[in-house]
Amino acid sequence: MRYLPKSPSERQEMLAAIGTGSVDGLFTSIPEKFRLRAPLDLPGPLSESEIIQYFQARAAENARGYISFLGAGVYQHLRSVAADALIQRGEFLTSYTPYQAEFAQGTLTAIFEFQTLMCQITGQEVANASMYDGSTALTEAVLMAERLSNRRHVLVGRSVHPEYRQVLQTYAKNLGLEIEEIGYTASGQLDRAALTPETLARTAALVVQSPNFFGVLEEIPGLAEVAHASGALLVTAITEAVSLGIVRPPAEADIVAMEGQAFGIPPSYGGPYVGVIATREKFVRQMPGRLAGQTTDAAGNRGFVLTLATREQHIRREKATSNICTNEALYALAATIHLCLIGKEGLREQALQNLAKARFAQAELEKIPGVRRVFTGPTFNEFSLEFPRSVKMINAELLREKIIGPFALGKQYPELTKRAVICVTETTPRAEIERFAAAVRRILERPV
Amino acid sequence: MYPADYRYTKDHEWIKVQGDIGTIGITDYAQQELGDVVFVDLPKVGAKLAPGKSFGSVESVKAVSEIYSPVSGEVTETNPLLVDAPEKINTDPHHTAWLIKLKLSDPKEAASLMDAAAYEAYIAEQAKEHSA
Amino acid sequence: MNPKTTDLEAPVKNVGKACAHVSQNEGLIFEQSAPGKRGMELPPLDVPTIDPKKALGPEFTRDSIEGFPEVSEIEVIRHFTRLSTWNYAIDLGMYPLGSCTMKYNPRVNEFVARLDGLASEHPEQPTEVSQGCLRILYDLQKCLLSITGMDAATLQPAAGAQGELTGLLMIRAYLESQGNPRHKVLIPDSAHGTNPASVVIAGYEVQNIKSNSRGQIDTDHLREFVTDDVAALMLTNPSTLGVFEERIAEIAAVLHERGALLYMDGANMNALAGVTRPGDFGVDVMHLNLHKTFSTPHGGGGPGAGPVLAKKILEPFLPVPVVVQKPDGTYALDHNRPKSVGRVRAFAGNFGVLLRALAYTLAYGPGIRQATEDAVLNANYIRKNLEPYFDLPYNLPSMHEVVFSDARQKVKGVNTMDIAKRLIDYGFHPYTTAFPLIVPGAMMIEPTESESKQECDLFIDAMRSIAAEADATPDLVKTAPHSTRIGRLDEVAAARKPILRWKPA
Repeated sequence: MRYLPKSPSERQEMLAAIGTGSVDGLFTSIPEKFRLRAPLDLPGPLSESEIIQYFQARAAENARGYISFLGAGVYQHLRSVAADALIQRGEFLTSYTPYQAEFAQGTLTAIFEFQTLMCQITGQEVANASMYDGSTALTEAVLMAERLSNRRHVLVGRSVHPEYRQVLQTYAKNLGLEIEEIGYTASGQLDRAALTPETLARTAALVVQSPNFFGVLEEIPGLAEVAHASGALLVTAITEAVSLGIVRPPAEADIVAMEGQAFGIPPSYGGPYVGVIATREKFVRQMPGRLAGQTTDAAGNRGFVLTLATREQHIRREKATSNICTNEALYALAATIHLCLIGKEGLREQALQNLAKARFAQAELEKIPGVRRVFTGPTFNEFSLEFPRSVKMINAELLREKIIGPFALGKQYPELTKRAVICVTETTPRAEIERFAAAVRRILERPV
Repeated sequence: MYPADYRYTKDHEWIKVQGDIGTIGITDYAQQELGDVVFVDLPKVGAKLAPGKSFGSVESVKAVSEIYSPVSGEVTETNPLLVDAPEKINTDPHHTAWLIKLKLSDPKEAASLMDAAAYEAYIAEQAKEHSA
Repeated sequence: MNPKTTDLEAPVKNVGKACAHVSQNEGLIFEQSAPGKRGMELPPLDVPTIDPKKALGPEFTRDSIEGFPEVSEIEVIRHFTRLSTWNYAIDLGMYPLGSCTMKYNPRVNEFVARLDGLASEHPEQPTEVSQGCLRILYDLQKCLLSITGMDAATLQPAAGAQGELTGLLMIRAYLESQGNPRHKVLIPDSAHGTNPASVVIAGYEVQNIKSNSRGQIDTDHLREFVTDDVAALMLTNPSTLGVFEERIAEIAAVLHERGALLYMDGANMNALAGVTRPGDFGVDVMHLNLHKTFSTPHGGGGPGAGPVLAKKILEPFLPVPVVVQKPDGTYALDHNRPKSVGRVRAFAGNFGVLLRALAYTLAYGPGIRQATEDAVLNANYIRKNLEPYFDLPYNLPSMHEVVFSDARQKVKGVNTMDIAKRLIDYGFHPYTTAFPLIVPGAMMIEPTESESKQECDLFIDAMRSIAAEADATPDLVKTAPHSTRIGRLDEVAAARKPILRWKPA
């Protein structure tokens, strides 16, 4: 077998050195009745070319060649070949967590750079080395707010990604946290009128997302003020990180939970992605996740090392800030490399292109009779529209034309049937936007 | 080494009683076991303490030690020196690196704890067990 | 930045594994940044441009990001390439890290993960055009069920720790459905730190139980600990000492008698795949670490995946969505699971990692047993050769890993960390130091099946040489490493006054 570097004679030599006749002699500690006598029922073994064939066949069964108008937490953005080449270097791909700093300065330096970039982008003071994804980062941010405030009540906007809220519920159930949901207004933003001082006074965290699930930007400074006035923390989730190329960062938030997939990580049917928590320096000891810190060796050379490890499970065990161990290091690296490549001006330009194309698409679609904007608030690259017919039907027709239609809101928001969130990024060609609008128009013109 | 007028616990805290004020810290033995102290987590003024209840922790790079109150009382002061210079616990654990002061509910509670001689015998035994 | 060189007290002995070499210096990317440089260009905008201040309002727009890098593509390639050369990696040689299973990460897995039609798919796209992705998930599930001997699977958890939490949530939901979720979970003192941390997040109380004198579960006294208030025992098998829990069937029986469940941390599955199945020896629910046993790349700390496999009784409680095959043969994500514990993360899972694990499993097929046999062979070969030099605290049959202690070297003041650091001078990454907690001065060694006899022999030679040095010239070992770009770093300063980001001058 090509992954096993031993010849049969070498195996015999080694067995002889151990003093056992056969390899079975090495498994005698497993009770006889549990030792398998027949090979497992598994497909394979496949040669390399057969493996490639299998996966190419699977790829052909998906949406190759389709154009998509889906956002909903995962975004099609430009990626660079250079970044992908670099993360495939064996010294990054196949190296371990940098516990032995002298042998892992490459990884540790890159983590330090990632932490820095995340602070710069979010306007926060410290950031960790990554969480699994945005949804679990948000959940951990809420748990962090609970520890900091010593309160058990949490206010979450319904305009936060439905799946993120579901994850929070799963964790909160067993920790005695009370999750209360807050609605949205005609602008598509959080309903501030529902935030009474009495409620906030017992709230650990007010949780919003910006741009939110409807694509609308929340007014972070105002929300922070309201929360702080009652001793609550403001936690902000961000699913579309590219927005921060032109959108004002949530610097007034106490904790930011961001999904970094938009920074050069492929959609890959749901993962792996990269979450990150960024916060104020004074909260750092309650922050979960790994941290790389700068220091020196005895000769005064600058180096980096994992630090503040007493927060983590391998030292604190049951009192740890989180159970997280393995995180998304390689994708934090991918995001870091991507951001270095796209750079200050590039990120801004990318964000501008997203905004411009989304506004163009919105204008085209709003020309169609019966198609109306849903919310009045400002949007970035996702916006919500109301259609005169069921979105499910429209999307089924669009699929025939190799167009993956927008996210139908009705399933997750029963009060928002016939409405959908459309996402347009810098990767959507104008011709495709026009084709999409034309297709929608045609579909709506068909007799019912 | 171990001040004669202090009392000591099995968890290596010391307490100095002056009237109804108690001063609590960790012993030289404790700081040696911990290694270089990097951070101290102390309760807020006004916090109520009970015997055996953890009121904070002392951290080194690779370990965390909970600190347990030997007596009942209310925290009146925490040592401001330890915020910026936690390493003082390594250099002067019995004096300048005290952790908290508290108003004792019962000043006689501490009398049942080990005195300096008993504590020194206790840690000598501990040291023997460790090298066994 | 010019590193000052430390005195090389003695050249690294030539045992064929490594020697010193010129390496490139490199600062932080921010230090090379200058206005006007760009590493990536965008295609021109093909729609009318927009003024963000007008479109969003000044209160929603930002100025440019201060201090953000501005560098060219070549500088980025050089920067990260140079950084990479400062790392050790499996591609360079053995990582004897116990319980980490640092095996070869097959390159075909990287290739297939990047295929157009796989890397490009959006998790919310219609099921009709996601059949390829769903089949990959379904096929992997089948393989993992076959390997573990279990009945139901979820591929959602993003790592082992999240798998532990998921399994515990399922246990809680099951016990709740039986009338009483109970309060405690038993954890042996040899457990990995994620175990107790996960228990707390699941809303349970940790009850630590002491391992017996053989480093195993104290089965004789287990009945006393398993009260009606115990929900489960979380056990790693083989244990973190690399030893199979011989009385596992009894342990499972004691738990089941009391209505409690047996959770297995599958981190050490590399000793079992193809040889035995946890489902056969009484495990009710377990997780696997795909980034260990199933070769998905460790990547400097992730991504991973921690699928959970369970017995039929726990199936109703699986997280949503569940990957199913419908009667018509098509695949789907089933969200209609009223008894589910809920969702543990957005979307279906770390698909890219799961795909790689399937590619690995397909490469071996039923021959996966050979990998397990080679892993156990390598560990025992190393153990036999090192036994004369290092203290073996538990003289029990080792499976895929062996745990020594620094007791003999401690006599000269040399501890496990020192030996580990000296190993770097010999060109090897250190083994796992100071874990499990039940072995003071632990040295946990797991070679995996990916190591040739030559690499094992080089490792043995290096360790023998260090043992001799610890005796004759202990200071050499205590001040190691001597041949790296930087020496031991001041971790105390890093923790006292943390510097966690670069700032402009």
